[in-house]
Amino acid sequence: MIPLWMYLLVAAALFCMGAYAVLARRNAVAILMGVELMLNAVNINLVGFWRYQQPLNMAGQAFAAFVFVIAAAEAAVGLAIIISVYRQRKSVIPDEADTLKG
Amino acid sequence: MLELNVQTLAFFVFALFVLGGGLGVITTRNLVHGTLYLILSLFGVAGFFVLLSAPFLAVVQVLVYIGAIAILIVFAVMLTRSMTSLHEVVNRQWVLSTIVAVLLFVMLTVTIILPVWGQDGSLAGQPVSEVVATTTDLGKALVDGNQYVLPFEVASLLLTAAMIGAIVIARDDE
Repeated sequence: MIPLWMYLLVAAALFCMGAYAVLARRNAVAILMGVELMLNAVNINLVGFWRYQQPLNMAGQAFAAFVFVIAAAEAAVGLAIIISVYRQRKSVIPDEADTLKG
Repeated sequence: MLELNVQTLAFFVFALFVLGGGLGVITTRNLVHGTLYLILSLFGVAGFFVLLSAPFLAVVQVLVYIGAIAILIVFAVMLTRSMTSLHEVVNRQWVLSTIVAVLLFVMLTVTIILPVWGQDGSLAGQPVSEVVATTTDLGKALVDGNQYVLPFEVASLLLTAAMIGAIVIARDDE
């Protein structure tokens, strides 16, 4: 089979791409996409370690399933906030939503 | 060391999907294209789940991520139409962000992946057994009183709360 480190390498690269998108993109929707990429990288790692280390213990797959739930909740609420902010300020750039800035 | 068979080939194709899609997401100006790249990346991850003998998660990945979350993102992109193709893609701290992301990648590789890779020579990173738990086991574990029934119920509660919260936040007040 494919050695485990290859999956981990792809997941690490995907996670860093997601982190870059979260830190550097200006559009809030693109930032949410970065979060999705990071969650997917985590899921690759969870399922990879499950398959190679503990294939009879369901912890890895169960955790991956819970990550799906969190991702769905995060996307729904995050996009609702983005649309609400866009309606108020005609902008989806987080830097410009600075009402609370001191 | 790496024998050439269908599985290896599939791994590299899916890895190309995952990384190419990810690269597309972080570089494209037009967010509609970005969403399509995101779908490509998510599909590659679903392929990884198949290769890792987790067929149920692969199906859920396609249904939930591509079928629901990606469509939700497309809706958000469409609803914020004037912002879909911003002139400047990145903010002022993008140089610092690149450095942080690259350093993070190096750190993950050195501290986590190298030890896994070097465990015992040629057999590095091979699975401990060919016997794998099935989807039936996952289903039983999720409703087993000694395993994950409480997190399972909490997750359903969280989803309900998130759904109501999303409706309340996005509703037009007038």
